[in-house]
Amino acid sequence: MESAIHIHNLHKTFNKGKLVALDNINFDVRKGELFGLIGPDGAGKTSLFRILTTLWLADSGNATVAGLDVVKDFKEIRRRIGYMPGKFSLYQDLSVEENLNFFATLFNTSIEENYDLVKDIYVQLEPFKSRKAGKLSGGMKQKLALCCALIHKPEVLFLDEPTTGVDPVSRKEFWEMLKRLQSRITIIVSTPYMDEATLCDRIALMQGGKIMQLDTPQQIVDRFADELIAVRSEQMYHLIRDIRELPDIKGCYGFGDYLHVRFAHGAWTQERLTVALKDRHTLLEFCPITPGIEDCFMALMESHA
Amino acid sequence: MRQYGVFIKKEFKHIIRDKRSLLILFALPIAQILIFGFALTNEIKNTKIAILDLSQDEASHQLRDQLIASQYFELNGDVHDVADVESALLSDQIKLAVIIPENFQNDLSHGNEAQVQLIADATDPNTATTLSVYASAVIRDFQGDINGAYNLPYTITPEVRMLYNPQLKGAYLFVPGVMGMILLLISAMMTSIAIVREKEINTMEIILASPLKPIVLILSKAVPYITISLVNVTTILLISIFILGLPVAGNIFLLFAVCFLFITTAIALGLMISNITDSQQTAMFISLMGLMLPTLILSGFMFPIENMPVPMQVLSNIVPTKWFFIIVKDVMIKGLGFASIWREVLILTGMTLFFLFVSYKKFKTRLA
Repeated sequence: MESAIHIHNLHKTFNKGKLVALDNINFDVRKGELFGLIGPDGAGKTSLFRILTTLWLADSGNATVAGLDVVKDFKEIRRRIGYMPGKFSLYQDLSVEENLNFFATLFNTSIEENYDLVKDIYVQLEPFKSRKAGKLSGGMKQKLALCCALIHKPEVLFLDEPTTGVDPVSRKEFWEMLKRLQSRITIIVSTPYMDEATLCDRIALMQGGKIMQLDTPQQIVDRFADELIAVRSEQMYHLIRDIRELPDIKGCYGFGDYLHVRFAHGAWTQERLTVALKDRHTLLEFCPITPGIEDCFMALMESHA
Repeated sequence: MRQYGVFIKKEFKHIIRDKRSLLILFALPIAQILIFGFALTNEIKNTKIAILDLSQDEASHQLRDQLIASQYFELNGDVHDVADVESALLSDQIKLAVIIPENFQNDLSHGNEAQVQLIADATDPNTATTLSVYASAVIRDFQGDINGAYNLPYTITPEVRMLYNPQLKGAYLFVPGVMGMILLLISAMMTSIAIVREKEINTMEIILASPLKPIVLILSKAVPYITISLVNVTTILLISIFILGLPVAGNIFLLFAVCFLFITTAIALGLMISNITDSQQTAMFISLMGLMLPTLILSGFMFPIENMPVPMQVLSNIVPTKWFFIIVKDVMIKGLGFASIWREVLILTGMTLFFLFVSYKKFKTRLA
């Protein structure tokens, strides 16, 4: 299958090499794919986006977007991509319609010309079209930003943390829109929310400028080799320390109201854990769980550390 | 072409929707010209003085009346001895005291020589000098009146003519000065801020990642500020003609043409500033410190350049406002034509091209 994005040995540092933002990144994004970059702040997601959108130069390595070199053919790439930066970057003092009109003009097109592509999203914004962008809710702002990034019918769409700071309902709607767009546009999206990872075709788990794993969400979860159990007690603060001190525990971290405890298959059982902890903990509660992307991420992080 | 239209409209919207910048753009020029025109004047008018008349005779009363009759001075109550004079000076009630000694008339008519003492508050040396000169002039007139009947031998009478500004109005100096200052402030500072703003609110990131040629964006940013600057030139000229009574001696079209040239220079300068800064605050700081101060000090508007130390004189040559100031004075006040200002016009054109060249060279097609 044809590659929409091809990345080869991409390396980027700051402060004269002291801070490594991207550490020899290699991967391909297929045409028509909804590809997710998953990782916490500082993982290198934005750096990667800025190099791919021709805004930064890499120290070494090369990359192509839509078959074009990001350094040599930057002008042509800029014609063919849509980019929604992580920080809100529309004109707060212009209305919804004025913003959209400006960005359409920026790409030498008009709202009418590509209306079909943004229609689904724009109908939701239409009631507010004369409202200033600065006065929109978080979710509405992101929908408008998406509209603005789509208005010129890009071949590849870059979305840098589009759902950060957006309420759960709007986040869900936003992802539904992406799913619908996917048939026409290759989308690469970054997010710190692990639950959104499962909505992507393939994901790359990033940490410290490296890609720890790259696969479909299902494959990544399937590859999780250990056993996982959720634990809670009344003494949550001590619980995490006490569990970490037990032998053969591979990882223990907070997850909502529970702690997720990871160990090799058979290393522990619920009964043996109860015995080990009951002296110091009351109302102990256990439930076995199947791992999610976040569990995989934590496991990978610990093995990379 | 359609792009330009949309972008220029967008810039105008930014300006109109930001009430504060709107105020700076339109109210500041008017406020400045009026403040300079009426409040900050160094002309002497109705200054409070005290006259200590120890003689109390006909001649001393005549002199006293003559001093008060002049529009320069106004009597501030009565003083009875030297101590009164001192306390009045100390408490800032008066700026000048005239002391007429005893036997004034007698000395004048019989001794052929009478003395009058002028005591001025020299905390402000310029005002003190001016006041004493004015008072001396009144006293000289008074003496002339007495001498009128006789024909003194060997007298030299200087005939002074104040060319181009016969009434010694301050407006002749500050209108060109304020004009330079305003145009620089609006064109350079506001343009640089407008461009840096796009970086600050992050829209530059999308704009750079688009196929748009940066020159289109920059030109569309310049258009509103050129328009506003020209409106301001018109307002300043209207105020100076109709309110301050300062006519334009030269060709008004030539004046507008040089203003346009200077606006271009300032915008080019603003572009250069916007290329080297990333925040609106820095841009504003550079504009104020780097442009306003040199404009005030080194343009010849506040302080005469000829009196400065040589290094300052040399330095003043790189201040664009200095050349603009010379041009406006020549065209507006002396009524000179292009033939006498072409050198300054050439210098400003050169500076503009230089700023544009540097901005073009420094323009980044990428972030950071």
